[in-house]
Amino acid sequence: MRSDGFLKSLVSFVENGSFREEDYTLSPAQKDALDTDIPENRWLLSVQHSEKPVSARLINWFSHKGVEVFNNLYRIASVFICVTLIGILLSVVSFLPSFGSAENPAVNEVVERYVSKAIQETGTTNAVAGMISAYRGFDTLGEAHVLFVAACSVIVLLRVDPSERKRGRRLNPDRVGGDMDYEPNSDLILRKTAKLLVPLAFIFGLYVILNGTSSPGGGFSGGAIMGAGLILHSVAFGFKRTERFFGDEMYHVIKTACLTVYALLMAYFIYMGANGWDDHVWLGNPGGIISGGLILPINIAVGFEVACTMYCFYALFRKGGL
Amino acid sequence: MTLFEGILLAFLIICAISVSVTRNLLASIIIFMGFSLIMSVLWLTLEAPDLAITEAAVGAGVTSLLFFATLKKIHAIKAEDAKREEDDSDEE
Repeated sequence: MRSDGFLKSLVSFVENGSFREEDYTLSPAQKDALDTDIPENRWLLSVQHSEKPVSARLINWFSHKGVEVFNNLYRIASVFICVTLIGILLSVVSFLPSFGSAENPAVNEVVERYVSKAIQETGTTNAVAGMISAYRGFDTLGEAHVLFVAACSVIVLLRVDPSERKRGRRLNPDRVGGDMDYEPNSDLILRKTAKLLVPLAFIFGLYVILNGTSSPGGGFSGGAIMGAGLILHSVAFGFKRTERFFGDEMYHVIKTACLTVYALLMAYFIYMGANGWDDHVWLGNPGGIISGGLILPINIAVGFEVACTMYCFYALFRKGGL
Repeated sequence: MTLFEGILLAFLIICAISVSVTRNLLASIIIFMGFSLIMSVLWLTLEAPDLAITEAAVGAGVTSLLFFATLKKIHAIKAEDAKREEDDSDEE
């Protein structure tokens, strides 16, 4: 019978998140038994005394203090784990070879080949560009496709259909899906600054892309700069002004064209390389703009694709369409 | 490691901690922007200028912009503004 009551109190604990008072106080019958002190009923008293501390009182304590104790333990454990992890990582770092030393395991015949043969084999004075776009071109092709797939999934998730937007406006003029209706009315300072900075960003991005074979940079960096310039333009002057030269159609044409060109060039590289043939590409003069053979068109394609993806992310987040 | 790099690294750690500690979402995004900027200067000192360019454009620029757009979309910025107005009116 007591265990039954205990079960009930457990159920009520689960349902209400706390104990009712009658679960661990004496019922009237038990009180009567205690008051009258009938010898036959003494077991009730003993049961009450022996069971209340063990089960009810324990659960009572746990339901009141347990959460607090758990939170304190949780904090102590988290600090302990963090400190231990920091200690382990720092001690591992002290075993690492020093930065840039000649005995590093990373300095092997692969690096030697890149450094000594990059100019003859790829025609780039910037060995990093030669490595990314020529030696490991297949890797970079995969990265470009990752960008493409990411942009596609963002479009699938966030795009607001134009017809839906119109219907939403008719039904509920105040609230429509994207920010399309809230044209950013930016202030004068932002507009004037953007007027100066946007052309600079575009020119600098183009320079980084075109000069990627002979100076630090390349498709990804230059594309990111151009994308940032596009975003700045649309922040400062509104979506409508940006749409005049970079709309939905423009985006799709540039993006697919760039990716196709890139994939075709890489396919040519891979086909010739796999058959052991010489890919009759004029490498240009190292150090100039036209150098690196196929790396320059690859850089241009990657740059424009990255710029498109950057702006696409921003536009979809802001207004649900390009 | 030069003194300059040491100062930058110290700032980096301070930024990283304060991003997670700051309660104001807008402020933590701006601190995160500062983190990316310091990181891009550090890339320069590590002689990786192409990474520095990308970090400055993507980390400090576009990522923070996307965070701002998301905050605006979930009305986190507006809510904070309203709260501030409430606080101001309470003080009056």
